[in-house]
Amino acid sequence: MNSDLQAIWVYLAASPLLTLTLTLIAYQCGTWLYEKSGKNPLVNPVLIAVLAIVTLLTLTGTDYQTYFGGAQFIHFLLGPATVALAIPLYRQLRRVRESLLAITITVIAGSLTAAASSVAIAWLLGATRQTLLSIAPKSATTPVAMGIAEQLGGLPTLTAVVVILTGITGAMTATGLLRLVRIRDQRATGMAIGIAAHGIGTARAFQISEVAGAFSGLAMGLNALATAILVPLLFRLFG
Amino acid sequence: MLGFFILLLSCQLLGEVVVIATGLPLPGPVIGMAVLFVGLLVRGGIPAGLDRMADTLLSHLSLLFVPAGVGVMLHAELLGAQLLPIAGSVVLATMLTIVVTAWIMQLLASGRRPR
Repeated sequence: MNSDLQAIWVYLAASPLLTLTLTLIAYQCGTWLYEKSGKNPLVNPVLIAVLAIVTLLTLTGTDYQTYFGGAQFIHFLLGPATVALAIPLYRQLRRVRESLLAITITVIAGSLTAAASSVAIAWLLGATRQTLLSIAPKSATTPVAMGIAEQLGGLPTLTAVVVILTGITGAMTATGLLRLVRIRDQRATGMAIGIAAHGIGTARAFQISEVAGAFSGLAMGLNALATAILVPLLFRLFG
Repeated sequence: MLGFFILLLSCQLLGEVVVIATGLPLPGPVIGMAVLFVGLLVRGGIPAGLDRMADTLLSHLSLLFVPAGVGVMLHAELLGAQLLPIAGSVVLATMLTIVVTAWIMQLLASGRRPR
């Protein structure tokens, strides 16, 4: 590489602009492929963008800290976007009021199903105790799930990996699965995705319908609370 | 528009303060969502600008998970020897939870008012 190019690279590599733009381009490519596939949910834009960026970072030997220097501006918007979920929810106020009891029971049952099935399946496949403690809260949103794992004696970093993988899996499989079992109710669709696959699922639910998105956002919030209460309780009872 | 962005950030900030003050096991933004929801209930409607701002933010919600996704995938080696039980649990339990939860909600919600 000649020294001018070298100097430009050194400058760009240190500038947040490069990784910020890279993140947007990778996501745009993911979205483009998703559209090209006829909006097939298996062609998940988040997964595509993440894999592309991880490959690029590995190839160029860039560490996460440098990458996050630019990507943090996108990451930051996750907070206000979560707050903004109150708006689609308010638009569905009538539907929410109608089904308050159903929502409450579904959140408790769904949260228990998520934790119990995660632990049972992993145990059957030979997981260690630390792994079980780390994956039990995997359907809750990342900060809550990490907090629970830490409290139980799991590995919070492992929990973070598993939570993201869970969200992507839910976003990819939900529509196909729900079609298979003939669930058409958009409230049920939203609740299922929000409870099983937190925010990444909620982003997917908004692509399905406004009602599904609103219920998914609500379910994600309530499930965070239910998981934080129920999972430590389950381990105390059956630990 | 700026005013409504300040509103969203203020709700989040309030949420973070509540979490720190009470030790509630929830992320600040989720409390912020509840705060804004109650605010909308009290006001009895959504201001047009806030409506547009929410649509803009939420139409690219997936994008906002990319930086965190990259962070955790760099830790993928943590899966290591436990790859099979973790992958099995992620795929099967997530799919099972979706089906069971949707089924319960449809049963409970449509029993009340058929659509």
